[in-house]
Amino acid sequence: MLKDITIGQYVPGESSIHNMDPRTKIISVVLFMVGLFMANSLYGYVLVTLFTIAIILISQIPPLMLIKGIRPLWIILVLTLGLHIFMTEGQIIWQWGFLKITYEGLRQGVFMALRLVYLVTITSLLTLTTTPILLTDGIESVLKALFIPVAHELAMMMTIALRFIPTLIEETEKIMKAQMARGADFESGGLIARAKSLIPLLVPLFLSSFRRADELAMAMEARCYRGGENRTRMKQLKMYGRDYFAFIVMFTFVGISFFFRNGV
Amino acid sequence: MIAVKDLVHQYSTPQRVIQALKGIDLVIEKGDFVAIIGHNGSGKSTLAKHLNALLLPSGGSVEISGMDTSEKDNLWSIRQQVGMVFQNPDNQIIANTVEEDVAFGPENLGIEPGKIRTLVDDALSSVGMKTFTKRAPHLLSGGQKQRVAIAGIVAMRPNILVLDEPTAMLDPIGRREVMDTVLRLNREEGLTVVHITHFMEEAAYAKRVIVMEEGIIVLDGTPRDVFSQVEELQKLRLDVPAMTELGDILAKEGLEIPRGVLTVEEMVVALCP
Repeated sequence: MLKDITIGQYVPGESSIHNMDPRTKIISVVLFMVGLFMANSLYGYVLVTLFTIAIILISQIPPLMLIKGIRPLWIILVLTLGLHIFMTEGQIIWQWGFLKITYEGLRQGVFMALRLVYLVTITSLLTLTTTPILLTDGIESVLKALFIPVAHELAMMMTIALRFIPTLIEETEKIMKAQMARGADFESGGLIARAKSLIPLLVPLFLSSFRRADELAMAMEARCYRGGENRTRMKQLKMYGRDYFAFIVMFTFVGISFFFRNGV
Repeated sequence: MIAVKDLVHQYSTPQRVIQALKGIDLVIEKGDFVAIIGHNGSGKSTLAKHLNALLLPSGGSVEISGMDTSEKDNLWSIRQQVGMVFQNPDNQIIANTVEEDVAFGPENLGIEPGKIRTLVDDALSSVGMKTFTKRAPHLLSGGQKQRVAIAGIVAMRPNILVLDEPTAMLDPIGRREVMDTVLRLNREEGLTVVHITHFMEEAAYAKRVIVMEEGIIVLDGTPRDVFSQVEELQKLRLDVPAMTELGDILAKEGLEIPRGVLTVEEMVVALCP
C-alpha cells in the first residue's frame, strides 16, 4: 500500500517541455513569475492566461492532474477573493448592510486568485515534467551559477533523500507489521489515540534512520567523498536549440507583459 | 601490499577503556586472497576499518603500499587504493540509479566526465550488472545491490578490496553471486582481497585464513592448515566447514582421512581413492 506512493510527481512523457534542460525549465519558471507579477491589467491577464494554456497543451500533461494540484488551495483562494471583494474601497456595485462589493474589489480579487492559480499550475508543471534526478542536477547547477555556497550540499541532500524514500517506506511497513504482530492497533480510536499508536512505529523508524545515516556517511567517506570541491559529474547537462528557443519565448513573454502594465 | 605493525586500537566508553585490537602484526602481499574470521567483537571489522584509514591506530602503524595511514596527506590516495564494501547493501548505495551510484566514487576523485563513463561501464560489466545500468537500486535483490556496491569500488580502480561481511545479510543465491564476483576479481584482475566473514565455506575459498579472537590473531595459515585444527577452532566456538568436521570425526573413528578436507569433492577422493 505505502509502496504505491509516487515519488515526486513526475509524469513520463516525450513533449518538448519534458525534453528541455532542467535549468531552462527552472529559469523559465522564475521568468514566468516575473511576467505574472507584472500583469495588472485586463490585457496583461489575458496574455498570461493564453500563455499558461499554451504551455499546458504543449506539455501534454492531463489538465485534470493540474486541477487536482490546485484543489488544496481552495481555502486560500476563497480568502483572497473574499478579502479583496469586500475590503477594497471604490465604486460600489452592491451593498447589504455593512457588506459592500466594489468594482475595484471584484477586479482585484479575481486577478489575485488567478495569479495564485497560475503560479501553482506552472510550478507543478515543472515537477510534473522533470524527473527528480534531473531536477536536483538542475537546481545544483542554477544555485552554483548564482554563487550560492551550499549548492552542492543541498543537491546531495535531495539526492540522498530521494534515494532513501523507498527504503524507508519499506522499513515502515516492516515495523508496522512487526508491531501489529505484537498487538499494536493503528486503525481504531480517535485522533489522539491514533497519534499515540504511531509512537511504537516512529521510535524504531527514527533509530534505524540514524543508524543508516551513520553507515551511509562512512560508506561515502570510504569512497573518497569530501564535499563538492574538485568533484566532477559523469552526466553533464547540455542545452539544445529548443532551450535557447524557450528563453526567447520567455523573454518575449516578460516583455509583452511589461508593455501591458498599467494598460486597460 | 598491506603492512600492519603492532596495531592497537582502543576507544573509551564513559565506564572504561576498551581495547578492540591488542597488537596485530600482519603482512598481506599483492594479489593475495585473505579471509578473516572470528566472532562478533573479535576486532575483525575494526581491523578492516584501519585498512583504509576510516579508523586511525591508537598504537602501532598501518602502511598501504608504503603510505602510513596516520599521515593526513595520504588519506585520499589510501582510500582510492583500498576500496571497502560494507555489510548492509542498502546503506552504501547513494544515488538513484545503478550507473549514477557506480559513478559516485570516480566523481569524488575528480576524473573527467568522459572517462568516468568508461570506468562505470567497465566496472558494471566486471560484476555482471551491465544490463541493470538504469535501474533504481531499491528494485534490485540483495546480491545485486551488493554487486553494485562492489562495482562502485572497482570503478575507482583500487588495488585492494576490503569486504566487511558483505554476505551477512544475503540469501544463499546472493551469497553465491557475491563470492563468484569477488573470486573473479581476485583471479582475473589481480585485486588483493581481504574478505571478512563468518561463513566458513567462504573462508575455504581464500588462499589464507586468519582467525581473530579478542583483538589478537590466534590462527593464520592456508585454509587447510587452519581448518585442520578442528579442536582449536571448536574451543574458540567457531564452526569448521562441514566436510572438515566429518573428516575429523571419521579420523577419530580410525579411518585414514587426511586432515583439513574442505569440500565434498575432496572427501569423495579421500574415501574412494
